[in-house]
Amino acid sequence: MKKILLLGMAVCMAAGLSLASCSGKKQESGANAAGSAKPVGIGFIFVGARDDYGYNQAAYQGSVAVEQAFGDRVKIYRSENVPETSEASRVLEQMIQVGATVQFPTSYGHLDPALDVAKNRKDVIFFHQGGLKTSDNLGTYFGTIWEPFYLAGMAAGKVTKTNKLGFIASFPIPQVLLNINAFELGAKSVNPAVTTTVVFTGSWADPAMQTNAANSLIDGGADVLTQHQDSTKTIIEICERRGVKAVGNHADASELAPEGWVTGAMWNWGPTFIDMAQTALDGKFTGSKYDGKFRGGLKEGVVDLAPFGKNVPPDVVVLVNNAKAQMIAGDLFAFEGEVKDQTGKVVIAKGARPSVDELETCDYLVEGVIGSVAN
Amino acid sequence: MIGALTLLLSGAIQSGTSVLYGVYGETLCERVGVLYMGIEGSMVLGAFAAYMVTSETGSPVLGLGAGMLAGALLALAHAYFVITRRTNQIATGLTLMFLGLGLTAFFGRKYTSIHVDGFRELAIPLLSKIPVIGQAIFTQDPITYISFILGPLLWFLIFKTRTGILFRGTGEDEKVVFAYGVNPVLFRYLGVLAGGALAGIGGAQLSIAYTHTWIEGITNGRGIIAVALVILASWNPAKAYIGAYIFGGAQALQLILQQQGYNISPFLLLMLPYVLTLAALFAMSKQKRQVMPEELKRVINN
Repeated sequence: MKKILLLGMAVCMAAGLSLASCSGKKQESGANAAGSAKPVGIGFIFVGARDDYGYNQAAYQGSVAVEQAFGDRVKIYRSENVPETSEASRVLEQMIQVGATVQFPTSYGHLDPALDVAKNRKDVIFFHQGGLKTSDNLGTYFGTIWEPFYLAGMAAGKVTKTNKLGFIASFPIPQVLLNINAFELGAKSVNPAVTTTVVFTGSWADPAMQTNAANSLIDGGADVLTQHQDSTKTIIEICERRGVKAVGNHADASELAPEGWVTGAMWNWGPTFIDMAQTALDGKFTGSKYDGKFRGGLKEGVVDLAPFGKNVPPDVVVLVNNAKAQMIAGDLFAFEGEVKDQTGKVVIAKGARPSVDELETCDYLVEGVIGSVAN
Repeated sequence: MIGALTLLLSGAIQSGTSVLYGVYGETLCERVGVLYMGIEGSMVLGAFAAYMVTSETGSPVLGLGAGMLAGALLALAHAYFVITRRTNQIATGLTLMFLGLGLTAFFGRKYTSIHVDGFRELAIPLLSKIPVIGQAIFTQDPITYISFILGPLLWFLIFKTRTGILFRGTGEDEKVVFAYGVNPVLFRYLGVLAGGALAGIGGAQLSIAYTHTWIEGITNGRGIIAVALVILASWNPAKAYIGAYIFGGAQALQLILQQQGYNISPFLLLMLPYVLTLAALFAMSKQKRQVMPEELKRVINN
């Protein structure tokens, strides 16, 4: 009995080790192919898995774009499922030891661990995704993904039959609230009768809660669902199964819902990551636009609208694409006043266009959203 | 659109079923005098194994079998450590929980993007047409239907059969069972293994029947809650529904309340399942001590 168990454990451990060393070897051979000039190491860490049809997939695709753009001149280090703890510091530190001089900690909670490492490693440049704090050699970047959410809201407002949209959100924090508000504002701009019902799951990734919330919203009459969760797969698949429409977030997940896919808000990190890496490689980080808080939008190509689904009427596609062009040209702004909150109070004055910094303090839901952020 | 009551009831069953299997499993463990805090680990291993095998073979039935097996395997480790090696039950169980979570996070990565059809809801003819409860109770997946009959079945096995008496006796006073000429260690192993297998089914329900998703940590504490709910069920499988559906119902209720737009913080609403579970435990705290298996008291008082 005892021997069998011990043997089993040994086999498990050996399997784990060999798997780990295999993946390590693969990266090594990539570096050897680099040739004479020593490639520059660029590290990426992700809080989740690269193929989650969501936040991590979008960031991972950005890292692939960097790899393709620079080819042999860089060596890419990647680590997935890095928790937002001192474990992140350890992984970053390890990547530096094997040669990374540019680092992309891509999750919000990787900021503090990255700042810790950045303090002692002044020769390494850090680009952190979504943070609010910076240092000499650490800049943060993010995108105004509420812009495509506004556009996706327009499409949703057009294709809904019940005038009820559903939004499955994680936590009532500004980044999430802005997306909910933009979605409703976009929908209402084309369909004044439309409401968005929001439910918070209190988690970034709890599929059972997501399933319960999606079924609950659909049973309550919502016929277009969208979400702000890390992985979008579960909810989009439920939409398809139950015959309602789905609006995506983070990444293009249209293949999950061939019938019901409308469009979605998505990250387009490739061009920005490449530009940031180039800036760091040129030694021009200090004083560049990435040296601090960088926020890009549709115009800068940081965010984009996902492809439209095959069942979206052509006139809706034209309408939304026109609005997108106006938004890029600066003629359309998602949060242009007058905007009222749920209680009818004016939160953005008529004609006003709040700055990104002002918007990122958002703590309300706009008129037309059903749900609560009471604190 | 369907009525709020139907919505509440079906939500309670759907999100309660995985917890219910956890309660069944833990009840069997504790009935033989073993506290298995690793139920969460057995559940998550079950969820992963079921998902993996279903995606590789296309058969959810094989997936379910794999889920059971995986849940039982982790429980076997627990049984070996605490029964044969006499390690601390709480520490061992908790460690195994983290082992299960860690193993599945490592091996499960490539399955997060894979689609699995798994089990579908089957509407039972006629019964599913009953107003209000029909759609809620009789439009579920096969694993959920099994959970309906499993409670009475386990109750019968434990309380109404000769083997059941010995099984329970192991958890009450192993010396008596021994004197009767039966090795209590055998029943201990049996109880823990069966418990782990049931928890594995609960995990499989989550991954291949309810959410059709694999993601690391999919169980999200449902196995831990199950351990608490065993007390609420007085270590009786026939009463396991109470706690599991209170928990599932509270989860469904808070989602329904959020959709009404009442001015209540979502953070408060999200706590509802836990607050209600605690309240129920509080309400029944006095009488429970008497029905707790004697051997288990020894474990906890140690």
